[in-house]
Amino acid sequence: MITETKCAQFDSLALETGETLRGVQVAYETYGELNAQRTNAILVLHAFTGDAHAAGIDHEGKPGWWANMIGPGKAFDTDRYFVICSNVLGGCRGTTGPASERPGTGRPYGLRFPGITISDMVRLQKMLVDHLGIERLLAVTGGSMGGMQALEWAVAYPETVEACIPIATTARHSAQQIAFNETGRQAIMMDPDFAGGDFYGGKLPARGLSVARMVGHITYMSDESMREKFGRRLRNREEFSYDFDVDFEVESYLRYRGTQFVGRFDANSYLYITKAMDYFDLTAGYPSLAASLERATSRFLVISFTSDWLYPSYQSQEIVNALRSRNHDVTYCELSSNYGHDAFLVDVGEQTEIVKGFLTRCAREFRGAAR
Amino acid sequence: MKVREVLGRSDYALISELIPEGARVLDLGCGDGALLEWLKANKHVEARGVEMRRELVQQAIARGVTVYQGDLESSLREYPDGAFDYVVLSQTLQELRQPLQVMREILRIGRYVVVAFPNFGHWRVRVSHLFSGRAPRTQLFPYGWHDSPNVHFLTILDFEETVGEQGWVVEKRMFLSGHIRGTVLPNLMAEVAVYLIRKPVRPE
Repeated sequence: MITETKCAQFDSLALETGETLRGVQVAYETYGELNAQRTNAILVLHAFTGDAHAAGIDHEGKPGWWANMIGPGKAFDTDRYFVICSNVLGGCRGTTGPASERPGTGRPYGLRFPGITISDMVRLQKMLVDHLGIERLLAVTGGSMGGMQALEWAVAYPETVEACIPIATTARHSAQQIAFNETGRQAIMMDPDFAGGDFYGGKLPARGLSVARMVGHITYMSDESMREKFGRRLRNREEFSYDFDVDFEVESYLRYRGTQFVGRFDANSYLYITKAMDYFDLTAGYPSLAASLERATSRFLVISFTSDWLYPSYQSQEIVNALRSRNHDVTYCELSSNYGHDAFLVDVGEQTEIVKGFLTRCAREFRGAAR
Repeated sequence: MKVREVLGRSDYALISELIPEGARVLDLGCGDGALLEWLKANKHVEARGVEMRRELVQQAIARGVTVYQGDLESSLREYPDGAFDYVVLSQTLQELRQPLQVMREILRIGRYVVVAFPNFGHWRVRVSHLFSGRAPRTQLFPYGWHDSPNVHFLTILDFEETVGEQGWVVEKRMFLSGHIRGTVLPNLMAEVAVYLIRKPVRPE
């Protein structure tokens, strides 16, 4: 399945801060066919550094970031469902973000891009879904930041969401999650090449961005998965170098991941999107999480993973307990995996089985828009 | 199709008879969700389950049952008062650390509780203990002393006594030996007891 990234254009987007973004573009891909009743659409929401290319293989032969979950016969079965994935607002993979041209200036926004939130991302996705002529989504789903968007969808547009599948996520960023993001941001902003965000066309803040990515990668793995993958093995040598060159496999891996990331991700997008995650708090303006989730009418399937210490199971259980306290239809399972936070991307065997079962039921019991 | 052929377990057949069309049902220790799936398909109930064991939770989800993976005893407090019409506690009572507390919580969140438990007073249990001089091992209690999930051993007489002490109202009691229903000398003859219980209505 060779996939094509398409684009939708909108005149403007009203932001949570009160500002208005003019001339907004959204990059998206779709897989499968929309049925005649338009009841089989699933919106997939990507995590922090993901993009619209979720499934299949693109022209360069690169598989989508959730190609193991989306496709014929897979969890999100494209023989049955119409799957949509778009790049988030503030991203750098085709959707308007800080690297986009600021209208009327001929130059990129840089740090003149307005502050954005998860709810802004979701509002833009809603415009895309409307543009595609879909009144009600069978499901919204995503892991990590994608899960936050899924939750936001369920409360912001309950009439549009039949089912919500937030995976390895939280209703609000914790101090630890904010701390890791801030470390990444500081690494970027302290790079002399950052130049106040106006590095486009010049030298990129590659050192800062790659260090940020290295920290990120550590948080996505687990102690156990790192022990299994690298242990204390040395990289192409028998003895220590004693010169701060690469000694260990794990150092080599992190450096490689960091360097590779610079080629595909914008440092300003890193700042804006991590801040959007840190600002995310579903309880804001409500006395409790349960009160906030009261607005939601979807069925929920919440999934967490045993070894995920970045988005630990207690955060998912918080969501689940809030939903149970208001008698929402919520299914919860903590899946066993050694892969840490990355599990929702790589350890998808059991995840596939439960998503399939849940979706089959939701399709069978599709309630249509609440009137 | 007969419920027994689908569900196998004899107590499930009785439970499914007790639950009316369209009820809101919570099955505590729902296992792979077989009972709830049957109730959804045949009685159109609003079904919810709680199960601790991960593999069973996954099987229940794959069947399309709404299930919460968690510890039964600590999971009940999240549910609001009167959230369910029927709460099912099938072959689980004897495994709970705090059975009375759980029963009280159940009667807070549900109008009725259907409780089924294996009868420790059954004659085979008595005979096994009497003649072997060891902890009873029967078809109903097949475990060794060290690997049994059962932490309480109750008979029908014990349960009747507790019902009286707690002031619960028994709407129905049914006794099973194999697939046969009987009422003669239940504490001696019944392998499984099924009770339909509700809270006493307190005058305000």
